[in-house]
Amino acid sequence: MSAAIVGIGELTPVRYSEGKTTLSLIAESVIAALNDAGLEKEDIDGLLVGPQVGETPQHVPATVSEYLGIEPVMSNTVDLGGATGPGMVWRAAAAIQMGMCDTVVCVLANKNEKGEVLKSPNRNPIREFDVPFGASGANTSYALLKRLHMEQYGSTQEDFAKIAYRARENAQLNPKAIFHGKPNSVEDILQSPMIADPLHLLEIVMPVAGGAAVIVTSEKKATAAKHKPVFLKGAGEKITHRAVSQAPDSLPFDYSIPRALKQAKVNIEDMDLLSLYDCYTSVVATQLESAGLCAPGKFGDFVRDHSFAPDGEYPLNTHGGQLGFGQADLAGGMSHVVEAVLQLRGEAEGRQIPHATNALVTGNGATLSETTALILGGTP
Amino acid sequence: MTDFQNVSLPGPTITPISQPFWDSLKQGAFTLQRCNICEGWIFYPRAHCPHCFSQSLRWEEASGRGRLKTWSIVHRPGNPAWQKLAPYAVGVVELEEGPSILTHILSDTHQFDYLQKVKVNMITTGDQPLPFFEVYS
Ligand SMILES: [Zn+2]
Repeated sequence: MSAAIVGIGELTPVRYSEGKTTLSLIAESVIAALNDAGLEKEDIDGLLVGPQVGETPQHVPATVSEYLGIEPVMSNTVDLGGATGPGMVWRAAAAIQMGMCDTVVCVLANKNEKGEVLKSPNRNPIREFDVPFGASGANTSYALLKRLHMEQYGSTQEDFAKIAYRARENAQLNPKAIFHGKPNSVEDILQSPMIADPLHLLEIVMPVAGGAAVIVTSEKKATAAKHKPVFLKGAGEKITHRAVSQAPDSLPFDYSIPRALKQAKVNIEDMDLLSLYDCYTSVVATQLESAGLCAPGKFGDFVRDHSFAPDGEYPLNTHGGQLGFGQADLAGGMSHVVEAVLQLRGEAEGRQIPHATNALVTGNGATLSETTALILGGTP
Repeated sequence: MTDFQNVSLPGPTITPISQPFWDSLKQGAFTLQRCNICEGWIFYPRAHCPHCFSQSLRWEEASGRGRLKTWSIVHRPGNPAWQKLAPYAVGVVELEEGPSILTHILSDTHQFDYLQKVKVNMITTGDQPLPFFEVYS
């Protein structure tokens, strides 16, 4: 595919964003990405944004364009929950290949304020058929998915806890990570409060403020870029359901990850980095199985037997994952893209994977509902 | 057993499509949609059949029985109105008719088994009976 990522800009996560707006964090992220790319704002002719910018629920691309002061000839809102970041990357490449534009900025950001923030009421099926029964929010949904895995396959609490433990081990190598300097033991995770049994507090991402942007341009322009380009070699996407009660037996990662590998003509064992979306421990578990790294239900053995460190057998979420880095709402999903770019450029500093040339990047939204997988490579 | 009558909980946001489902609960019946073309059962209510895209549906009383596919004991509810009832159980029930439903699982012990048999036990909050479920043998 003839497109590459040539710029990245990621804000350092902070617990609360005093005095910021989502729009201002978007601008900060975009400018940082442009600086990294060595490009001017006039170079941007495409814009992809998330579904609801804090200040505006509708007409988000126009609001962001006006705020930034750009006039893109291609723009869109991408609404794939945690899969939005990776989902933006292939859409940018597709728009470029179509000839609609040359250089697309993909940006997500989130402000995080103290105290309760009013959310607009909605009338979707989840509000009607889940909330009145006591099920609200992602924690309950992912608790139900985790319990299902435990019952179907006999996976244990310790199996899941090890995923958060490994993520926060890797976070110790990343000074930007919210858990940097604050490692967890497996025991810490198992002793943390039960939020929705079987889900512990420390199996859940910490909400933070932050933002991230990446710039995608044509392969031709990428050769003249300041940094080593990172190429999009394959993509897979599938969306199946919204509410956990409507989840199919075969979850959509079973399609999107193998499809991305197939399009890139590579095998999972060719990946030097697994940059897997990890809003909860169980989300990594299911992806290890969907990717074919272990048999269905056997992720626990895989986690026990292999190292996920940058110098380990299967480097996985070397930036700490969102479990270690923090989740700036939808921007959390972009952190998996940014880390893959850093690793494939050879710029991951204290956590560089030796000779990294291929990475699997994934995103997940809603309740393992909206999934995107990308294969990124250091060569076209 | 928990007193659901004297707490203020968020009720369903009923739409014209789903109105018959909620109305039938007031008559004590657990009623689902069924497709006139493929005979598939449908939940939650829609204007079309998600199995075959037919738009010819009828309402039919269902067994109100199913099996508990997964569950969670909620300690920190996403909606603060539920906090005073925590910890409580919610679960996904695979109905005998086929579709799955997310529901509240009434239980004093919070001990469940995978695919345990459960049936409807109607609980009224506000003025709307809700199809909560409970274990039976
Ligand atoms: Zn039908």
